[in-house]
This record gives sequence, C-alpha cells and structure tokens, in this order.
Amino acid sequence: MNDLIIVGAGPAGLSASIYASRYKLKNVVIGKLIGGTMTLAHKVENIPGFLSIAGLDWAQKVGEQVKNLGVEILGENVGRIEKAATGFKVMTESEKELEGKTLIIATGTERRKLKIPGEKEYLGKGVSYCTTCDAPFFRDKRVALIGGADAAVAGAVHTAEFAQKVFIIYRRDQLRAEPIWLEEWQKTETTDKGKTIYNTNITEILGDGDRVTGVKLDQAYQGKDTLELDGVFIEAGGVPATSLLTPLGVKLTEPGYVQVTELMETNLPGLFAAGDITDKSAVLVQAVTAMAQGAIAAASAYKYLKGEKAPQILGTEENSKKQAT
Amino acid sequence: MMELTDKNFQKEVLEETEIPVFIDLYADWCGPCKMAAPVIEKLAEEYAGKMKFAKLDVDKNPHLAQKYHVMSIPTVIIFQRGEEIKRMTGFPGKEGYQKLIEEILG
Repeated sequence: MNDLIIVGAGPAGLSASIYASRYKLKNVVIGKLIGGTMTLAHKVENIPGFLSIAGLDWAQKVGEQVKNLGVEILGENVGRIEKAATGFKVMTESEKELEGKTLIIATGTERRKLKIPGEKEYLGKGVSYCTTCDAPFFRDKRVALIGGADAAVAGAVHTAEFAQKVFIIYRRDQLRAEPIWLEEWQKTETTDKGKTIYNTNITEILGDGDRVTGVKLDQAYQGKDTLELDGVFIEAGGVPATSLLTPLGVKLTEPGYVQVTELMETNLPGLFAAGDITDKSAVLVQAVTAMAQGAIAAASAYKYLKGEKAPQILGTEENSKKQAT
Repeated sequence: MMELTDKNFQKEVLEETEIPVFIDLYADWCGPCKMAAPVIEKLAEEYAGKMKFAKLDVDKNPHLAQKYHVMSIPTVIIFQRGEEIKRMTGFPGKEGYQKLIEEILG
C-alpha cells in the first residue's frame, strides 16, 4: 500500500514526489511522459539554476532526482481512479492496479485542438503540435504558428531557424508572450522572415491529399482569404485533462479546471491536485509554479496522513499563524 | 535495435517477407522520441520473432524521410511484404503501440 499515488509526471508530479520522498511517504509516480509539457520546450531559460537548458534535458534530471529517492515512475497512462475503503485505487492502462492512502492528480493539460477541417487529416503531413520535434522538417519552407502566447511565439522563433518564412496567425490584436520572446520575434519580423497576422482565425487546413498546401483565413490577408503554406504548427494552449476525475465527483470550475484550496486540497478528502490542471495555475502557467504547487500538495498529503503539519525549516509559530489567516 | 540507413532499407524492410517490420522514425532533437525509444526497445523484446523492429534517424537519412512523406516525429510505420500498412504519429504510450501491433498480429 502506498501512502501516496501521484498521477502525472510533469513538473508538479515530480516535485510532489521529491517532497513526499523526503517526508518518507511511500509514493509512486504514474505518467507516460517524464517532464510532461516541458519536454516540448526547445529552450528553457527561466528555471532558476540553469542559464539555458532543453526542456527534455531538464525533465531527465528531475526524473533522475525522483528515482534517486527510491521512487518508481511507471511510464504509462492511468485508465481509471476509484475510491477505496482506505483511500484510492488506480488502474493503469496496462491494467496494473495500485492502492494509495492519498492521491495527487497532476495530469496537466492536453493540447487544444482547433477542431477545423483538415486538422486531423493532415496530422503528420504538415500539421504538428510540436515545434521542437518538427521544425527541422520545414527547412526553406513556409510555415504558420497558430496562437499567440509563449509556446506559439517561442515556437515561431525556433522555427525561423529553419523555415524560409514564418507566420504567426493570432485571433487577438496583440501577442501575449513573455517580453523576452516577443523581443526575439520582433527581431525576426524586422527581416523578411517573420510576419504576424493579427485578429485572424484559420477556418480550414488545406491540402492536396498528401500534404498541407495552405490555410483558409476568416479575414483576408493581402487581399486573399487563403495563405499558401507547407506546415501548420498549432500552439493554441491547453485544456485541463480531467477525464479521470469526473466519475469521482471532483469539483471543477466552469472552464474545467480542478478547484483547489491554497493547500491544494480538492473537495474529496485525501485527494489533492497540483500544476496546470488546477484553477490556481491560472495566475501563472509555468513549471516553477507547478513545482511549488506539487510541493504544497505533498505537504498537505503528509498532514492528512499524519494529522500534523509537514516539518519545515521555518516552521515557526509566527509562520503557522500567517498561514492560518 | 537495428539502425536503418539508405543502404540497408531495401534489404531489411522492403525485401522482408517473413514478418512485419516496425520502424521508429526519430531524431536526436525530438523530446517525445527519446521517451518513445525505451518503450519500443521493450516491445522489440516482447514481440521478438513475430515482428522485426528497427529505427531510422530522419536527420541522417533525409531522403527516406522525404520519400515516405514523414514531416512529424515520433512516427512509426509498419511495413508488411514491402508495403506500408500502418502509420502512427506522436507518442501514444506503450499501450498505443501495442494496440497498433495487435491489429496486425491479431
């Protein structure tokens, strides 16, 4: 029997495991992608301690840290979570059964699909959700990024290293990425290579059957409602991956995020949530905030199991008071 | 696992008539590919004798990637008697690959 089962192996889940292990809680992590969404970042420069690191390399280091503390990471998806007399029962997709007294759900978000004609048909034939993986296939080609937040703008900068022309097509009138990425993209735009098309949606991905040939726009660009392209990268954000939680009766907010308290508690006793899946992540969707939430969730699991607060270096009375208010 | 190149592709894939060939198309720059690799290594052990497993570095073999219209990785392609019969793009986890394999082996 585990003290704690952590579902999700991204920054929140891994950080929760590190803290739980150091609290001597017997825990296990289940998730098919160690590092989660971070593995898709070609360059990460806002994680303290690293000047510049590929998301995947960072994820591997954190994974090692988790395993080094004696924890197994099961590299697969969870199929079902059930309540049990002593906590929770988790069935993985390969039908492995695990039991835990407490559970942290940190399954993050799934990539948002545009749900437009051509998107599914041309996946792998010019449509991609991973610039790090696929930008090099578009050497000297024309490519568009759909979206306007960090992933889209960072992805556009990366893609411009290979492509001949890179468009960002965004539905709003202003990009909303980190200023440091915006600055990089503006440099690309001053050359003929980069161009942002604002206030525009794509309504269809066009192709010749074998590959993408362009997109249809809902606003004319340079007098035409189609744009010729070889590739389309969709970076339109994520939707919370809560399908495992609905049968349990976990309370979600209107857009579908898990509603948590400051201590990462859900409405079910013993069930905690951390990272991009929570409503609290709306403040700042970053690995560093997800990791903080994971740590808090682990401390809350400790408190739930032991009936007392998790030990902490600055656990003075004054701090406890602060927390109580 | 066998590494495919322009040189051995014909013999190892197209001229393989005994069992289907599962090809993992990858590159060093691709994060999800690195996650997929150990999973596929394991499947290669489990299905030894029933399916041949091989990998193809698309960075080192761009002609083959182009020839088979691969524009996204990780992608796996399964060949049978020299013909492509299945293709999957993205990393679906071990069960995802297993499903694909079982569809062929039954």
